[in-house]
Amino acid sequence: MSALVDALSWACLVAGAVFCIIGSVGLIRMPDFYTRVHAASVTDTAGAGLLLLGMMLQAGFTLVTVKLIIIGLLILFTSPTATHALCKAALMRDLKPLLAEGEATSKR
Amino acid sequence: MIRFASLFIVLFLFWVVLSGFFTAFLLGAGVLSALAVAYFAARMQFVDHEGYPVQLSPGLLVYWPWLFLEIMKSAWAVSKIILSPALPVSPTMVKFIPGQRSVVGLVTHANSITLTPGTIAIEVQHDEFVVHGLTRESAHGCVDSEMNRRVRRFEGQA
Repeated sequence: MSALVDALSWACLVAGAVFCIIGSVGLIRMPDFYTRVHAASVTDTAGAGLLLLGMMLQAGFTLVTVKLIIIGLLILFTSPTATHALCKAALMRDLKPLLAEGEATSKR
Repeated sequence: MIRFASLFIVLFLFWVVLSGFFTAFLLGAGVLSALAVAYFAARMQFVDHEGYPVQLSPGLLVYWPWLFLEIMKSAWAVSKIILSPALPVSPTMVKFIPGQRSVVGLVTHANSITLTPGTIAIEVQHDEFVVHGLTRESAHGCVDSEMNRRVRRFEGQA
């Protein structure tokens, strides 16, 4: 049983780490500011979430798990707020998003 | 008053969880701190249906699991885009009218859009959302979406 939990936990940790790396690669590969933010959000949702889940499985039913859940909730509320503030500030300073061909530049 | 009591209990539990000590002094200090914070919050008029929307918590049990699945699905989709050599992005901005009435509902909807990789809520107003999507499909998928309906149900609309 504990071997199963251990394996599951390691699977989550590795998957989380992979998502973090993919997010970082995306941050470099994407063409403009707004699309880079999309890549970064892979890191702080799927990456951080799976890492936290893996750590919770390691900790079991302890106070540490509750604290990890609190960290997860904190990320769940703060990261979209920060992302929204960042993008809105960029748009208000007239950083034009790169849009796909055929899409009307319906800015604001 | 019930809202105040519930805020006090939640704050005190938060204290206990973070401290992990059960001595009389630390528990007493926790009660005093929780009371003080709840009192200050009430004085600043944060303790209402908007600042402390505890009445919505049963709905979270339904909404959050669905949201987590959506996050994982779109994280996978965005990862595939990042790793594909052609980098098939088609950044798109869409405008639409959200279906929520309450401020908490609007914030929940906007935060959920931003949390799912591939879409960001840039402008959030009662009568207008502006969403930036990594691909044409993900941006247009936010208009009149399943998420919109679920947040409406979550905030208490039929």
